[in-house]
Amino acid sequence: MGVRQFDISLRVNGEDVSARVEARKTLVDFLRDDLALTGTHVGCEHGVCGACTLLVDGEVVRGCLVLAVQCDGTRVDTIEGLSDSGAIADLQHAFAARNALQCGYCTPGMLIGAQELLARGGVPSRDAIREHMSGNYCRCTGYQAIVDAVEAVAVARAGGKA
Amino acid sequence: MKIADDQPSGLSALDRPNSYIGRSVPRPNLARLTQGRGLYVSDVTLPRMLHVAFVRSPHAHARIKAIETAEAKKAPGVVAVVTGAELAEVITPWVGVLTHLKGIKSAPQYAIAVERACWQGEAVAAVVARTRAEAEDACALVAVDYEPLAAVTDAEAALDASTPVIHPSLGDNLTFERALTAGDPDGGFAQADAVVETTFLFGRHTGVTNEPRAIVADWNPAEERLTVYHGTQAPHMTQDVFAKHLNLEAHQVRVLTKDVGGSFGIKVHIYADEMATVALSKLLRRPVKFVADRLESFVTDIHARDHRVHAKIGVKNDGTITAFEIDDLTGIGPYSVYPRTSGIEANQVVNLVGGPYACANYRARARVVFQNKNVMCQYRAVGHPIATAVTEGLVDLAAAKIGMDPAALRRKNLIADDAYPMTGASGIKFEKLSHHASLDKILALMDYDNLLAEQARLRTRGIYRGIGLASFIEVTNPSAAFYGVGGARISSQDGVTLRLDSTGAVFVHSGVTEQGQGAESVLAQCVATSFGVPIERVRVITGDTDNTPYGGGTWASRAAGIGGEAAWQAGKALRANVLAAAGAMLQADAKTLDIRAGIVVDAQTGRERLPLEEVARVVYFRPDTLPPDFQAEFVVTRHYVPRAWPFAFTNGVQASYLDVDIKTGEVKLLKHWCVEDCGTVINPQLVDEQIRGGIVQGIGGALYEHCLYDEAGQLLNGNLMDYLVPMAGEMPDIDIGHVVTPTADSELGAKGAGEAGTAGAPACVMNAINDALRPLGAATLTEMPFTPERVLRALGKV
Repeated sequence: MGVRQFDISLRVNGEDVSARVEARKTLVDFLRDDLALTGTHVGCEHGVCGACTLLVDGEVVRGCLVLAVQCDGTRVDTIEGLSDSGAIADLQHAFAARNALQCGYCTPGMLIGAQELLARGGVPSRDAIREHMSGNYCRCTGYQAIVDAVEAVAVARAGGKA
Repeated sequence: MKIADDQPSGLSALDRPNSYIGRSVPRPNLARLTQGRGLYVSDVTLPRMLHVAFVRSPHAHARIKAIETAEAKKAPGVVAVVTGAELAEVITPWVGVLTHLKGIKSAPQYAIAVERACWQGEAVAAVVARTRAEAEDACALVAVDYEPLAAVTDAEAALDASTPVIHPSLGDNLTFERALTAGDPDGGFAQADAVVETTFLFGRHTGVTNEPRAIVADWNPAEERLTVYHGTQAPHMTQDVFAKHLNLEAHQVRVLTKDVGGSFGIKVHIYADEMATVALSKLLRRPVKFVADRLESFVTDIHARDHRVHAKIGVKNDGTITAFEIDDLTGIGPYSVYPRTSGIEANQVVNLVGGPYACANYRARARVVFQNKNVMCQYRAVGHPIATAVTEGLVDLAAAKIGMDPAALRRKNLIADDAYPMTGASGIKFEKLSHHASLDKILALMDYDNLLAEQARLRTRGIYRGIGLASFIEVTNPSAAFYGVGGARISSQDGVTLRLDSTGAVFVHSGVTEQGQGAESVLAQCVATSFGVPIERVRVITGDTDNTPYGGGTWASRAAGIGGEAAWQAGKALRANVLAAAGAMLQADAKTLDIRAGIVVDAQTGRERLPLEEVARVVYFRPDTLPPDFQAEFVVTRHYVPRAWPFAFTNGVQASYLDVDIKTGEVKLLKHWCVEDCGTVINPQLVDEQIRGGIVQGIGGALYEHCLYDEAGQLLNGNLMDYLVPMAGEMPDIDIGHVVTPTADSELGAKGAGEAGTAGAPACVMNAINDALRPLGAATLTEMPFTPERVLRALGKV
């Protein structure tokens, strides 16, 4: 069984990476298996749970619905890079302070999803936060703590005014 | 206060200076998890590691006539293709029965099916390859010749003489039956002014842990040791089981459990494919990894809650409940799950129905039957959501029948708060509960009277809102009565070992495990308080059978109440030992000293005498300066098991406020409340979040989640597109209140809180929906999940 392979070059968390990948390999499998970036998680592999949420050229994508070969020439940012750069430190702190995670498996994807919403500016309503976060499945928290944490960061980023 | 006074200041033990008990201390492991630096079993990679994928039966029931593996063995990357018969040479089969469930029976289950597959999804062959993708490729090349057999899928028909017997050696398809009569149920119904009877149906659903089941097994033949990285709730239990069935001694097996991506009871059982994985590692003498993908999770993770309950209540016109009666039937798949059995959920239903109420007349029957569907077993709140929905559904129907306010009817019948200790109708023993205080509190919290007024006002505008209440009890802190007495090698006791390091920091080794609920925080809070150090100086180690005291792990809401008490006692013991050393150094009576915030002080005045670092330095590096007859002991271990009560029952009440769209049948949840009593609250934030998460899990079963099977035993919606789980957009905000009734069985007084939310949520959502639709003359909805279609049917619109 011949499996087609392709050479790709991309920038992952600010580092240039070149690799040969099977055509069928998803981005999340490439990141986890080939680059050992295990912070991006695999939950359903069919685009529903959001555990593999990450950024490609600054856009939020599901790492299980994108092939690694499609990411040739792109910039990929994962939870590891966003953590090291400090870009979402306030969100991470708020999630911890509010216990907005229990097992933590959904959390990297949840944080990246929340950052996308907050990057639009302003203080979204709780309903808007809930709606936006509805692409990310969490079995542990019941979501309220996540909404609280995202809301708190939105207020803080807006200068403390709700 | 009942806490033993170990503190000369007059403060209680829990009120020690710098106490962390009752404080919302953030969990120390969260920074790691928010940065993607966790270590889940899915993340584990070992040198020479192989991956296994399983060929799974597409039939619910089929004879395996032949398996052709030659093509698969030639596929790229493939190291081995193994059938059930071949693997049975390495690992022995098991039977999921326990002696305290009298008469329960099951058949031997193999790691990989031998001769016959009994449910769609049962593994019939394993392919081991360098990568998971290569293993899956080769699975497609394994040719299995099946002879389809008649599938038993309808639990109602499983015991009919015309239905095939799944395991002929057992004689019939009955797994377990229990009957109970308490008081005088016939007399009770005869006294009643009204008798209401209905049938409740609960949809089979499953846990959908975000991280699927995962295991990496590493047999090292040079050491004759098996190391298993396992996403489990009970490492010592799986150690014991792996050893037994691989013909090893338990000490030859080490189970490591680091981060686990959600458990909820799904990961407390023995799974055939995980047993196959450890056996394959032993066979191939290399590490083997198995991570279930989402599709195989749906057909192999235990399912739960598939119950049909005929139920009856008698009530007098003054609201007095005179009798309860239930007949429960549940189909559990082709095998009782090992080693906890699949009889426990039905047994719990019998134990718990009517539990909050003073009515002594009760008749119950529960039957558990085999069928050719995926196995069912204990999932978060085992039996409670069913018992609570049946009880509270009946109570609301009785209230409607006699025209009484549902809150008033509850108040009339709930066991009085001063009636304890007492024994419930089913024989369950209550130390002390607070049903009335909890009901009063929730009615105030939700502003019940105003909600009733708002509901009435909106009905005149064609908006149909419902208010639902559900009182409940919850089994927590189980003693050996749960499993040990039935022969299961599952520990109900738990231990904590503390070790003071050379700088005065404390290592805590505990047999309970962290599944995200915050057990490690609770352990740290208990130790920091009872020993007397800042919590930053406490480091907790769990999930390693080589390096923790023997323990049960995390299930049945036991980690805080049992593990926490062991930690509390160990902290006191280490304090005594450290003060003995400090006393020797200071030439002072140790009894006059205390440890506060990491400093040895005079107990009376609080005057600082020695930092812990200095005590540790002298003991470890200059013991020559201590009296010759003094030996410091800076490692201590304490164990705890509940003794006075077989279970620490907790109680609570939930309420739901929702809107039913009578055009579309959709239910919109507006608000949810819970008041519960788990005794001493060690960490309020963690307790509240356990309850919120549990409530949403219960709401999932009430409104969305259902494993839909066809008549041939095929799961129709085994993926996350078609199986609906609660997402943020549909969930309400949840307000939580507490009543605190500590258990006197421990010094801490903490009972469990992990399952209270799931226990009560389906019942009160059901009651709220029926409350919303009652003025429209709708049929009572008693079949979960309450889909828009079922709501419209109740309204007669489809």
